[in-house]
Amino acid sequence: MIRIEHIGMTYDKGRVVALQDVNLEVNKGEIFGLIGPDGAGKTTLFRILTTLLLPEKGQAWVNNYDVVKDYKAIRNSVGYMPGKFSLYQDLTIEENLNFFATVFGTTIAENYDLIKDIYVQIEPFKNRRAGKLSGGMKQKLALCCALIHKPDVLFLDEPTTGVDVVSRKEFWDMLKSLRKEGITILVSTPYMDEATLCDRIALIQKGSILSVDTPEGIVHSFSGQLYAVHGQGTYHLLQATRGYEGVASCFAFGDALHATFKPGAQGPALQAYLQSKGHSDARVDPIKPGIEDCFIQLLNQ
Amino acid sequence: MKQLLVFIRKEFLHVFRDRKTLLMLFGLPIAQIVLFGFALSNEVKDSKIAVVDYSKDIMTRQIINKVGANPYFEIESNLKSATDIDAAFRKGNIKVALVFPDNFSTDLIHTGTATVQVIADGSDPNLATTVTNYISTVIADYTASLSLQEGHPVQVQPEIQMLYNPDLRGAPNFIPGVMALVLMLVCTMMTSVSIVREKELGTMEILLVSPFNTTYIILSKLAPNLLISLVNLFIILVLSDLFLDLPVKGSIVLLVFCSILFILTCLSIGLLLSISAKTQQAAMMGSLMGMMLPTMLLTGFLFPIENMPLPLRLLSNLVPSRWYFIIVKQVMLKGLGIGAVWKETLILAVMAFGLFAISLRNFKIRLQ
Amino acid sequence: MNTEAVIVTDKLTKRFGPFIACNELTFQVDKGEIFGFLGANGAGKTTAMRMLCGLLNPSSGKATVAGFDVYTQANRIKQRIGYMSQRFSLYDDLTVSENIRFFGGIYGMSISDIKKKTSALLSELQLEKEAKTLVRDIPPGWKQKLAFSVSIVHGPDIVFLDEPTGGVDPVTRRQFWDLIYEAADKGVTVFVTTHYMDEAEYCNRVSIMVDGVIADLDAPARLKTKYQVSSMEEVFYALARNAVRKAD
Repeated sequence: MIRIEHIGMTYDKGRVVALQDVNLEVNKGEIFGLIGPDGAGKTTLFRILTTLLLPEKGQAWVNNYDVVKDYKAIRNSVGYMPGKFSLYQDLTIEENLNFFATVFGTTIAENYDLIKDIYVQIEPFKNRRAGKLSGGMKQKLALCCALIHKPDVLFLDEPTTGVDVVSRKEFWDMLKSLRKEGITILVSTPYMDEATLCDRIALIQKGSILSVDTPEGIVHSFSGQLYAVHGQGTYHLLQATRGYEGVASCFAFGDALHATFKPGAQGPALQAYLQSKGHSDARVDPIKPGIEDCFIQLLNQ
Repeated sequence: MKQLLVFIRKEFLHVFRDRKTLLMLFGLPIAQIVLFGFALSNEVKDSKIAVVDYSKDIMTRQIINKVGANPYFEIESNLKSATDIDAAFRKGNIKVALVFPDNFSTDLIHTGTATVQVIADGSDPNLATTVTNYISTVIADYTASLSLQEGHPVQVQPEIQMLYNPDLRGAPNFIPGVMALVLMLVCTMMTSVSIVREKELGTMEILLVSPFNTTYIILSKLAPNLLISLVNLFIILVLSDLFLDLPVKGSIVLLVFCSILFILTCLSIGLLLSISAKTQQAAMMGSLMGMMLPTMLLTGFLFPIENMPLPLRLLSNLVPSRWYFIIVKQVMLKGLGIGAVWKETLILAVMAFGLFAISLRNFKIRLQ
Repeated sequence: MNTEAVIVTDKLTKRFGPFIACNELTFQVDKGEIFGFLGANGAGKTTAMRMLCGLLNPSSGKATVAGFDVYTQANRIKQRIGYMSQRFSLYDDLTVSENIRFFGGIYGMSISDIKKKTSALLSELQLEKEAKTLVRDIPPGWKQKLAFSVSIVHGPDIVFLDEPTGGVDPVTRRQFWDLIYEAADKGVTVFVTTHYMDEAEYCNRVSIMVDGVIADLDAPARLKTKYQVSSMEEVFYALARNAVRKAD
């Protein structure tokens, strides 16, 4: 559905590299996650695919249309939700939706089935101005506006940034039901924990794709064994663990430390070492890595 | 077509929901006219006069007494020499000075004519005109009675001289200036800001990604501003008729037609600005510095263009408001027809359509 | 760990007309603690934090911050706290050292203290070479670490962090938390407001606000046990799912 070949892009006359030889393929009907921190190049890639920017190098196709030559055809068949909340703050929910429906040459009634489940949640407030809505409601309205013309591909650039957990969960549930309608969804997020909600993901950093796979596949490719270190006094525990010569890397990770070992080192030995250093309650257990652990490992390679 | 109408409707909603800006837009011309109306009081009561009398004879004294007896005037001082006049004006306490040359009454009796210099402060053009008119009347009265006395006609020629503003640029010039300024501000600033706001908000991205025609975007951005500008135009015309006694003497249709040309020019400039400006502040600064200053300085309503150095004179030809200013002056104040302003109208039309075409061409279908 | 309290509130309440933004908040935060202050959009987090920073007068209830009363000693409080948010933290058009000097200056540090602190801070962050670089030209990850260091440059008792690590890469985020742990170890109390649950897991204790009240408050591990779930995200969901208020 989306094919990206050797796309490259720079800003400031080549001084800032935004994208570097990016290759990707997104299949029809999948939720594909583009995961990386701010400044990784996610928005640039979205803008190239939505024909808002011309790539400097490489080629890309959306729905078999070339992003440079067939930009008009692409603009007819995709839905796009930019990173910022981009609806008219001084228009009401209904006015916004009506406006975008007309802009895309359709009416609310025509594709109401597609947005119905989402729209009913905000319909009670339809005469409220968009600027006065909560983060979660704005997001729902933006999604309705992006879906109003029944696009084949949906581009969602960081849709969940700045939205609370409950709204985020609802949002991902909505995406899952859209997938059932056969809509291909390319979604970007800086939050690693959302990766597992996608069918496939690409990890992106500094304009380069680090890895493309299913979330399970990425976790599976973690090299070596990951250990969790639990104990009181995180800061001193962190210093002590990093001081152990067998440790390759160690980071605080929520309520525990995550550590990997150099070849030959073992968990029990570290536990004994930490206890000897006064961390009597220290416990070292092997654990299964998460997407974020994989990302860190890929970044350090 | 329906798309376009929906878009235009949306633009009007933006305008009407932003009460503060709306108030400013319509308050601006009203405030300008009203302020100007107050600043230009026609009150000439107790205007102070300085007198330089080189002749010092009975006739000059009679004239001076007659002027001093008039309730509108008060003789402030007798100066020894005409060189003191400038200083007296600068001190700000006199409005007009009378200079009687040597041998005033001898000339008047023997040749039947004499001259008196009437020097007024032209920086307040309205007042200066009124004051000099009064003085001329007083002198004419005096010569009329003198003619009867002498049995043959005598004439005193007042030589009127304006200090500081010899061309007496005042209210009649100010109104076309205010019109040019207000239309320029509304059109250029509002257009560029409303487009850049969509860029900042991110909605421009969605509009560009939609199959919506970019010409429609531009047309619908222009529509509300065109309407606001026309309403502003009528406010100015009505107010200047009511308050400043300056009705439209010429054809109102011609005036509106030329105003629309000027508005279109300004809208296109706003459009061009919005293409390069990234933030609303930049758009606003661009319209203020780039458009308002030239409109004020190079249009001719504050400073006469003929007195400017050649490079500025050439530059002023590029300022659209310069041509509009001339048209309004000729049509509104002098009541002249298209025959007198066809050249300016043509220049304005070329500017309007040229700039509009350029901004249409340059309006990007992509970001950056 | 000593248990000297630096933030103590008692039925702290803020009303805006009929709307009760914060309803009888009672909690305390200890010296050197990393305290997570969570809540859904519109739950009242920002209002509560503004009251604690001395920016907003409470409607009723009591609160002391660093031993000072929020009603009468707001200016003393401001001397003893640091603040950093993801939205604004440093001036982009000033250099790294100019930023440090400015923020040290507004907290009344002497020139010689600022100089000492600047070089110590730059060497700790390995930014010595960047001292004269404009902040806008340094990578975002470093900017965030620098912003945190600057927010505690005047040695405050408490530092308020408003969603400090949103959008940074995971390695930088770890380094950022290293700095936070280090500061906490030196006795600085860290008060983090966020609605990102992975950030909550780093805290010693977290409170979760729903509809203007504190719905629960405990260590992350104990909360997870209490609600029989495996992540803070699920704890939050269980508490906030039925929130009435959703306005921002």
